[in-house]
Amino acid sequence: MNRLACLVVVIGMALPAFAQDARKSGFDYMGPDTQAMQKDDLANPGMLSVLEGETLWNTPTGKAQKSCAACHGDATQSMKGVAARYPAMDDKTQSAIDLAGRIIQCRVERQEAPAPQREGRELLSLSAFVGRQSRDMPISPPQDAKLAATRAQGAALYSARMGQLNFSCAQCHDDNAGGHLGAAPIPQAHPNGYPLYRLEWQSLGSLQRRFRNCMSGMRAEPFAAGSTEAIALEAFLMERAAGMKLETPAVRP
Amino acid sequence: MWRLLGLLAVLVSFDASAQTLVPYRIENGAITQSLTGVKGDAAKGRAIVVERQKGLCLLCHSGPFPEERFQGDLAPSLAGTGSRMSEGEIRLRMVDSTKVNEKTIMPPYYRSEGLERVAANYKAKTLLNAQEIEDVIAFLVSLKDDTQK
Repeated sequence: MNRLACLVVVIGMALPAFAQDARKSGFDYMGPDTQAMQKDDLANPGMLSVLEGETLWNTPTGKAQKSCAACHGDATQSMKGVAARYPAMDDKTQSAIDLAGRIIQCRVERQEAPAPQREGRELLSLSAFVGRQSRDMPISPPQDAKLAATRAQGAALYSARMGQLNFSCAQCHDDNAGGHLGAAPIPQAHPNGYPLYRLEWQSLGSLQRRFRNCMSGMRAEPFAAGSTEAIALEAFLMERAAGMKLETPAVRP
Repeated sequence: MWRLLGLLAVLVSFDASAQTLVPYRIENGAITQSLTGVKGDAAKGRAIVVERQKGLCLLCHSGPFPEERFQGDLAPSLAGTGSRMSEGEIRLRMVDSTKVNEKTIMPPYYRSEGLERVAANYKAKTLLNAQEIEDVIAFLVSLKDDTQK
């Protein structure tokens, strides 16, 4: 084959790769029953948390006796697209903050209420309610150069081998996505549905809980909730999933 | 590559304060010497291979285990391992597969150091002990027929 023909063949093979996004939501790896459960708000167990979050949003709390709505008004307007932009830089601390961290900050500083617990029902419900307002919107990480170091730290953690099993996130979720670990299909690890209802957990959970889940499977010391590492990994994954649609509250097996 | 490994022929010894590991010698891409000197028990080895919390093998590998559902597909089938590799080559891959391929996904089954963020329960412990490794090797060596996938 002459050189020109070779070139044509190579370009022809490369074109489809450019034309379509190879990224797939965890949704695409699920069976039709679980997909249907997510899509139907009356069947999606995550919607119960969204409703609970809505009640919390409108309830005055703390010494300030202010509700979230007292400042932010109608969440369907004010919170639209917010979850798609986190983690973001916190101007005050000059460090990256995740959405859950921002809610805690609001609770404590503006409502003068006790800090809600990470992975507790109050914080998960509020996160689910706020996240729901961005459903079907594209993940849009902030164009903030100050986040570069955080994302770089997240990228390094994603590729770092950890635990007694000596795995990295990338080895499974990049190199072996679509394969099966035992019975379980390995998804591409996109953070586009959190907090989500996991059938295995029988409850709603955060992305950071999912990290801990994976890491204990690797027999690694998990990143603590709200830690710099967990937020860095989250920031990296959100950047990696930029443009993909949020599904909050998603359902996953 | 093998020759280089052979030349380097590392004698590995570990910190005695951690779990004391049996020293071993890598030569020509293999560890020919048994870790224990006690012949492995293939039946015990098979039990370890299929035990998901112990050997973990079937999370990634499939093999001639008709009774086992949900075998992984991230790694080659274990069927015919004994035809493809020598006992010493299998031993090296069990002990620390990164010595063969730095980027391998296979966990090092007999290494307790140079690992990051190991959970407290597993710190300074190997995935399997030396005799368990020998049992698994005895079983894998016995898997001769490459046709039974």
